[in-house]
Amino acid sequence: MTTTTSTTVTLADLTRMLRESAGEEEGIDLDGDVLDTPFLELGYDSLALLQVIGEVQRTYGISVPDDAVVDAETPRALLELINSGQGSEA
Amino acid sequence: MTTTTVVTGLGIAAPNGLGTEDYWKATLAGESGIGPVTRFDATRYPARLAGEVPGFVAEEHIPSRLMPQTDHMTRLALAAAEWALEDAGIDTGDVPEYGMGTVTSASGGAVEFGQRELQNLWSKGKEHVSAYQSFAWFYAVNTGQISIRHKLRGPSGVLLTEQAGGIDAIGQARRHVRKGFQAVVSGGVDAGICPWGWVPQLAAGLMSTEQDPARAFLPFSADASGYVVGEGGAILVAEDLAAARARGASHVYGEIAGYAATLDPAPGSGRPPGLVKAVRTALADAGLAPADIDVVFADAAGVPELDRAEAEALAEVFGPGAVPVTAPKSSTGRLLAGGAALDAATALLALRDGVVPHTAGVGAPAAGYPIDLVTGAPREADLRNALVLARGHGGFNAALVVSRTA
Repeated sequence: MTTTTSTTVTLADLTRMLRESAGEEEGIDLDGDVLDTPFLELGYDSLALLQVIGEVQRTYGISVPDDAVVDAETPRALLELINSGQGSEA
Repeated sequence: MTTTTVVTGLGIAAPNGLGTEDYWKATLAGESGIGPVTRFDATRYPARLAGEVPGFVAEEHIPSRLMPQTDHMTRLALAAAEWALEDAGIDTGDVPEYGMGTVTSASGGAVEFGQRELQNLWSKGKEHVSAYQSFAWFYAVNTGQISIRHKLRGPSGVLLTEQAGGIDAIGQARRHVRKGFQAVVSGGVDAGICPWGWVPQLAAGLMSTEQDPARAFLPFSADASGYVVGEGGAILVAEDLAAARARGASHVYGEIAGYAATLDPAPGSGRPPGLVKAVRTALADAGLAPADIDVVFADAAGVPELDRAEAEALAEVFGPGAVPVTAPKSSTGRLLAGGAALDAATALLALRDGVVPHTAGVGAPAAGYPIDLVTGAPREADLRNALVLARGHGGFNAALVVSRTA
């Protein structure tokens, strides 16, 4: 059964979940303008993104396919993927 | 020209002391780190005592990015590795990219992390399993994380010979140094104080179920009743002596002078166990005679038949009571894959300071054990060569000779 969600995940939500689930690289200001900064420059590899996607799924009931996550290279791209409703089947 | 491999750095996390000097001070004072298990609720298990590392606040030692992806065991290993490299004074940036590697020992891997994530899988579903479970539980994880953090891209590996592994890792490190690599981060740190770590040890039937911390682990005593499991271990920097001198290393603890490993024959074969052969082969490798050994750091299982076998093996090689024998692990418990590495580090500290730490808590060896067990207080002595022994469940024997460098 497909459920639609009206929840929008924000950049602040994403950075909070990144901190909690994958930690924070020293010398990186996640609260700065990081929307278009590649995750690799923020110190996050693909496993860190899988970890945060798990958190998104548990918190918001939004599921994102693992292979799509790998293509989302910036917070903007990942948020679009999360919020696009794609794979919102819980 | 032969390569001389020495130890230039030590990092220790032990149940009776966090950091090399705290551990060494506690060991010489006979302070025990054995007490009731606090890392999990052990009240329903027959063995309820452990040696837990005191005062380790992971956040003070481990970067934020590494916290979600590391088990307690790996955090202890990373802290010890950092201390060992600092102690050695090696700037890894000055070493060629592939000039340093890391070889550590492991037993069951990061079982506390692994148990938690498997419980998440069974009870909540796959969405609740950490992505880091993919590697964080793995036997090679300490080696991997140390290698990544310090950019050690030379030869690396992990050795699993149960409780003998710490010595085997040091032996393997020496092989790499002899091949021309400048230095190898070695030794082992283990931590399995959780149900998954407990159950296989219990199943082997050798753990002490004594509830009094002062009586639970008494190796070579007539009251020996099995061993207590502890966590921690030691990381050592094994380095080419010429390279260490060339970079102006501030100190050299000693030489890795001899190493050997043997495997016991299959039960029922009628052939003798391999401990004596390991000792003799390590002595030959070091070019030493039994009379040259000034102290033996025993495996000290705390299990009567194993203690007797070790005492008799030592008497066979050295003569009855002919060499001081000690087991400072009576104050830490047996640290699984970390124990033999801690014993090797302890032997090097003994060489440095000219003192044999005693087997604290043990009054005297059981009647009929033909060894000079150092008990009661540390014994000062001019130490040139120390032998370290370890046995791993399943027939592993390892022997290491460390020598004071001239």
